[in-house]
Amino acid sequence: MSNYISQHNEQLSDLERQFVLLTQSGLPIVAKPYQQIAAQLSITETEVLAMAADLKERGIIRRIAAVPNHYKLGYRFNGMTVWDVKDEDVSEFGQAVGRLPFVSHCYLRPRHLPKWNYNLFAMVHGKTEAEVQQYRTQIKDLLINVLQVRNDDSDHGVKFKTNDMLTSTEILKKTGLRLKR
Amino acid sequence: MAMQLSQLEQNIINLYQKGFPLCSHPYRAIADELNSSEDDVISAILTLDKAGMLSRIGAVFNHKKAGSSTLAALAVPEHELDDIAEIVNQFEQVNHNYGREHYYNLWFVVTAHDDKALIDVINSIESLTGYQVLVLPMEASYHIDLAFKINFAESATGKH
Repeated sequence: MSNYISQHNEQLSDLERQFVLLTQSGLPIVAKPYQQIAAQLSITETEVLAMAADLKERGIIRRIAAVPNHYKLGYRFNGMTVWDVKDEDVSEFGQAVGRLPFVSHCYLRPRHLPKWNYNLFAMVHGKTEAEVQQYRTQIKDLLINVLQVRNDDSDHGVKFKTNDMLTSTEILKKTGLRLKR
Repeated sequence: MAMQLSQLEQNIINLYQKGFPLCSHPYRAIADELNSSEDDVISAILTLDKAGMLSRIGAVFNHKKAGSSTLAALAVPEHELDDIAEIVNQFEQVNHNYGREHYYNLWFVVTAHDDKALIDVINSIESLTGYQVLVLPMEASYHIDLAFKINFAESATGKH
């Protein structure tokens, strides 16, 4: 298979990989969590703190924070809204969608015609289905003039829509990053 | 589920989603900012963790930089969905898997240490399931701030 997943991987040192492995499911909830990690890595707490700061600086760690479980907090409904936006407009309008307060992720992804014609993905979260539907409408109002209208491709039996929303039926698995050794 | 969260617990969730101090005693630093004590903060975090309201407390890694990652989807007949999901879930490299209402009804995220390992996982999923995987890696991100404010007043966790 070709190298279709474009990457700019940063090299992690062995010690950094061990740090990621030790912390990817969370920091220890003790008074001195980095001291505990330091002991496991056989280095000093100061070195662990410096390594974490460096990983943040390099963008490998986005942030060190409390990660809420939205589902448990009452946000039971999520919709993955997908849009077929004209290529020349997707950057500007993608950023506008990303700024909407109810959008948690907004990404550009490749199309796979004729099976998949959507290039812009925006995740919305709400406590009711109606709330999520209303968010979809707000995004549509924003994108209405830049959506791609395609003719039905009768050869493949595919009817192209300009947008769709995929609601989740069940969570089948959810864990944080799990890098293998 | 009618767990009533204390003010301290609510504050921890809403004020520390975007980050907290990187220092020797991070929970004491949070306590200082919230006029609380280190012990109370630790016990509040343990409570939230136990109740499942925190997925975790700690580093949020950039999957793209820590390794190689992509969104992927499968279109499978409804009666096979559970069996296929089980095959997909057995891979440690799969860290989210959602059933969704669509022709493509199984959506998952694959993360591996490099591109080759990622492609190996996708190939294995294809040969084990017999279905072609729709591979949708992120090409650009239009969102910077992943935290959004939890509204406890209207939350299912609060009283109505």
